[in-house]
Amino acid sequence: MSYYFVIIGTKDNPLFEHEFGTSKQGGDGIARFREDARHMNQFIVHSSLDIVEEIQWGGPQAGGQMYLKHIDRFQSSYISCFLTATNNKFLLLTSPTASPAPSSLTRTSTSRTSYPASSTYNPTAPATEEAIKNFFLDVYDAWVKTVMNPFYSLDQRVTSPVFKGRVAGAAKKYL
Amino acid sequence: MTAQGQTPGLRYPSNKKTIYDRNLSRSKNSELSRAAFAYLFVEMISYAQKRVKGIADLEKRLNNQGYPLGLKLLELLLARAPPNSALRPTRILPLLQFIAQTLWRHLFNRPADALERSENDASQYMLYDNDPMVNQYISLPREMSQLNCAAFVAGIIEGVCDGAGFATQGVSAHSVGEEPGGEKGSMWPGKTVFLIKFREEVLEREEILGRGG
Repeated sequence: MSYYFVIIGTKDNPLFEHEFGTSKQGGDGIARFREDARHMNQFIVHSSLDIVEEIQWGGPQAGGQMYLKHIDRFQSSYISCFLTATNNKFLLLTSPTASPAPSSLTRTSTSRTSYPASSTYNPTAPATEEAIKNFFLDVYDAWVKTVMNPFYSLDQRVTSPVFKGRVAGAAKKYL
Repeated sequence: MTAQGQTPGLRYPSNKKTIYDRNLSRSKNSELSRAAFAYLFVEMISYAQKRVKGIADLEKRLNNQGYPLGLKLLELLLARAPPNSALRPTRILPLLQFIAQTLWRHLFNRPADALERSENDASQYMLYDNDPMVNQYISLPREMSQLNCAAFVAGIIEGVCDGAGFATQGVSAHSVGEEPGGEKGSMWPGKTVFLIKFREEVLEREEILGRGG
């Protein structure tokens, strides 16, 4: 599985980006997105912001929860979301290695070669939700520390390599 | 890429301890010396007072100094809350209760004294503090009796409201210790009210959410 993680600021501006692959089941932690999928990921994540805005004030899943679970999907990519107190958004795009369903043709069929068919991915499985939640909570911890820096102002990009290390560490630990 | 193995410099402190290595709850119950705060606050006021045009301008600057604190405190206090109760405030009342209880306890070690909704303006809320800690060592010269240095705290409140997505038309601090027409020397001479006026869109959203149950 490949993951694309991004933090979106309050003005829908990206603050931090990170790509990684799964470290579970013998994964090597390297993202396997096709070159053109990289641009698509940004589009997919950006388009899911509308859904975040719909549910951030309430709705079936939210009600003030920070972790909004899986909120959106596009073809075989799933988006999970975590909202911080100041409404910064953590979005995680999960692109499973599963073989595309027979009904989905055209675009996905071209990518079939690059994604080895192995397991089916279920974003609502409790284990998956829990793993993503733990990942988000770890990142959130590092995020709050970043925000507490007196030199950090709202909607500023996060460039700290230590922060990146923390995200990578959380990714390795849980996903 | 971690801090280990890097040469010490501005980015990496020599003891290998970056802000990311500290525990967020470490200073949860520690207190700051009031004298140190008073000293610092006086400096902040005199800094704000430089080249300022009037009292409103000065209060605005104090407000601006408090604003980023509010944003940070909102994030920190929710991160420190126990996981089950760490909810983002999505309605006005929980937000104000968060300010009056959690925030006030964190800053001043006691809850705020009263919270009211204005009778003639539905978008306005009043938060009372009988004896604001920030004003404890401040005495105002007569020509500046309009000033209330709790504008700094008002800025913190504004930061919290804005951060949580409740845009305000400004939060201001006013002294109400001596009520007009009332007798002098009331029980709380330093009593301060924080006027919180939310924007229309916030009230609209509140109404929609209220209808939805």
